[in-house]
Amino acid sequence: MPKRSIVPFGPQHPVLPEPIHLDLVLEDELVIEAIPSIGYVHRGLESLVAKKDFNEMVYVTERICGICSFMHGMGYCSAVEQIMNVQIPRRAEFLRTIWAEMSRIHSHLLWLGLLADAFGFEALFMQSWRLREKILDMFEIATGGRVIFSVNKIGGVLKDMPAEMLSNFVAVLDGMEKELRETTQTFLDDYTVKSRLVGVGILTEEDAIRRGAVGPMMRASGIEVDMRKTGYAAYDEIDFQVITSKECDSFARCKVRIAELFQSIEIIRQAVSKIPDTEISVPVKGFPNGEAYVRLEQPRGEAFYYVRANGSKFVDRMRVRTPTFANIPALMQVLQGCQFGDVPLLILTIDPCISCTER
Amino acid sequence: MKNIHKSPWLLHYDGSSCNGCDIEVLACTTPVYDVERFGVVNTGNPMHADIFLITGGINSQNEDVVKQIYEQMPGPKVVVAVGTCACTGGIFKECYNIKGGVDTVIPVDIYVPGCAARPESIIDGVVKAVALFQEKHDKKKRKERAAKS
Repeated sequence: MPKRSIVPFGPQHPVLPEPIHLDLVLEDELVIEAIPSIGYVHRGLESLVAKKDFNEMVYVTERICGICSFMHGMGYCSAVEQIMNVQIPRRAEFLRTIWAEMSRIHSHLLWLGLLADAFGFEALFMQSWRLREKILDMFEIATGGRVIFSVNKIGGVLKDMPAEMLSNFVAVLDGMEKELRETTQTFLDDYTVKSRLVGVGILTEEDAIRRGAVGPMMRASGIEVDMRKTGYAAYDEIDFQVITSKECDSFARCKVRIAELFQSIEIIRQAVSKIPDTEISVPVKGFPNGEAYVRLEQPRGEAFYYVRANGSKFVDRMRVRTPTFANIPALMQVLQGCQFGDVPLLILTIDPCISCTER
Repeated sequence: MKNIHKSPWLLHYDGSSCNGCDIEVLACTTPVYDVERFGVVNTGNPMHADIFLITGGINSQNEDVVKQIYEQMPGPKVVVAVGTCACTGGIFKECYNIKGGVDTVIPVDIYVPGCAARPESIIDGVVKAVALFQEKHDKKKRKERAAKS
């Protein structure tokens, strides 16, 4: 007869950069059930719409999460632009696409590093983060900020990247691609990495749909979902294939994200070659009135923005549904029946962003 | 830096930050910035830690967690508040769930402002914390010696 026990996990835990609490029901070493409780990072920033006007809210939405900061700002701005019927200049859309893809590269590298750290491969963690610094340097050159760089505004973007800068960035990315191949080859070929990831944390296709997973989690279960294919910003002019994997395990999630790194570099190359020479923003007059929603693909999956405005300078309601929130039910599914020692690793495979989830 | 003899270990806890400062704190421990050259090691166990780096403001749910971690740390200890949110509450100060900066629940020794705080300023804060830690350590030792004699 196995012994049943409940083990609390978190909120402060060595492997978690952010606080989340799980109650793990164990039968010996096997996890029978995982019960999440969240709320450690809840700030209530959606309520700030009553105190900050719709232009100031851009800065608040950028601070929903520091990792995909740019895309949060972009989501909110495009929702307000939709309400106000503003067509932003084409160059601004391309610039947004380039910054969004750079954010994706930095986020995926960050995740690869944390994953390596979770299974104790510290050299690989350091390598991934060393490569990530190159992207942050590019952000710094282009905008002045490293992680939160506030270049979105309603009606376009605040800063331009001249042609020379863009070609320099492409050259840096070309060099980075070679280094990335070397580093990611370790993830894909190394025996120790495989022994921790292959066959661990299976999320079948049916389960992924039933639990409503999003992003790389869904794609690693063989389902082709990518909001970029809906053609927001400049993605309608960019040719790319959605990356999926049929294996459904942790290794598949790692593989999908690695492939997306190279895909993002390719998208940036295409965007740089096609970028038109127009203005970067249009003046916006008046206050928004009406409602709109926007869906976009963040590094962690689909994010959903809803904004309702009433014609005054304060927006009525802003609602964000973030990818990690959608992935938590899938995580609970994955945790059922896993080994207790694999729990930190499995939590990382969904690429959790708790501050997005709780806002 | 010459008079520092101990290697203080560092504990990082995310209060209610947006992750921006957290990833910058982590970036400090990676090759480009590397705080390990000052003898600082990132640990996950409060009982091992000497310096407590905390990012983000205090809300009703994490208040007890922060207090508990602070109490678990052995003395002498130094608390560093990283980022504007940890210093004052920052952009989220007006949110219904934010009580304010970290100093509303535990004493803070060093404030590192910035949104997000840059690795350079975090390292500056940590170096100051190391010096302060040494000072507190020496004071404690002097007191113990005085008590003995």
